[in-house]
Amino acid sequence: MSSQVSAVASTSLWEGGGSPYRTNSKKFGMWLFIISDSLTFSAMLFAYTYCRVSNPDWPKPFHFSPSIIFSSVMTFCLLTSSLTMVMAVHAMNRGRRKAAGLWILGTMAGGAGFVVLHLNEWMNLINNEHVTPFQNPWGVPLFGGTFFALTGLHMTHVIIGLIYLAIVCQAVVRGKFKAEDVEVAGLYWHFVDLVWMFIFPLVYLMSAKI
Amino acid sequence: MSIHSAELVHEHGASIPTFAKVWFTLLALTGGEVFLAYEQVPTLIMLTVLIGLSVIKAALIIAYFMHMKFERLSLFLTLFPMLIFCVVLMLIFLGDALRLPGMRPGA
Repeated sequence: MSSQVSAVASTSLWEGGGSPYRTNSKKFGMWLFIISDSLTFSAMLFAYTYCRVSNPDWPKPFHFSPSIIFSSVMTFCLLTSSLTMVMAVHAMNRGRRKAAGLWILGTMAGGAGFVVLHLNEWMNLINNEHVTPFQNPWGVPLFGGTFFALTGLHMTHVIIGLIYLAIVCQAVVRGKFKAEDVEVAGLYWHFVDLVWMFIFPLVYLMSAKI
Repeated sequence: MSIHSAELVHEHGASIPTFAKVWFTLLALTGGEVFLAYEQVPTLIMLTVLIGLSVIKAALIIAYFMHMKFERLSLFLTLFPMLIFCVVLMLIFLGDALRLPGMRPGA
């Protein structure tokens, strides 16, 4: 009896006791990263919005075709990739590793489509509208600086997400990672999608050429 | 506990039709935003409505896609109030941005 009590006491002591969030440490770590990264994007989006609202001469270079159409399709790509990521987590929770791998590949396809369209949009701005991070034809140099910094940071996150998903995908197919690892990767991917939900209206739609 | 049974234990959250509904709602809200961009609306009203719609979309993504709706309340209370507080603190300066155009010479 006494040995059982001491065994329970030592187990609870060394296993960290109760879990206040009832979640694993990887997931909680990813949530903390997401919150801190949210503050970075919030500050950048706020800085862009401040410049946009305070300057009546702010450029409106985004024509309906191709800019708004492209950015709308990019939004569709990211939203759809979020859905496929949810399906990947769902499949992994049921132990269907092959299906989970395929859904992650679908997610990566959506992300890759987003990056290709975004680079195309950048090239259009640079080559046709002559916008660079330091100057543009409308005499508001802050536009290029804030636009490329904000969308560039987001695109970097998407590219890192693609690499992350590729690593997770091959590990899942090989039977190495657990469902919680796919869920944590999914959290990161949904965060990237979430940030775009603010960039799209504030950067593109607020500066659409009517 | 085997890896397979550990994976099954983690199953929780919404069903596939619910995820599909959330996805359709997000697409519909995005369509609404694009439509609004081509209406002749004052900048401040447009900004307010667009941010409002974006917050709704973000809430849907966090609640359903990121499973926050199915997590413990303690996790939400640990993470989000301070984030919201910091973002609201930033918004204090937005009034300054609105006042600047009127302070220009000849405005």
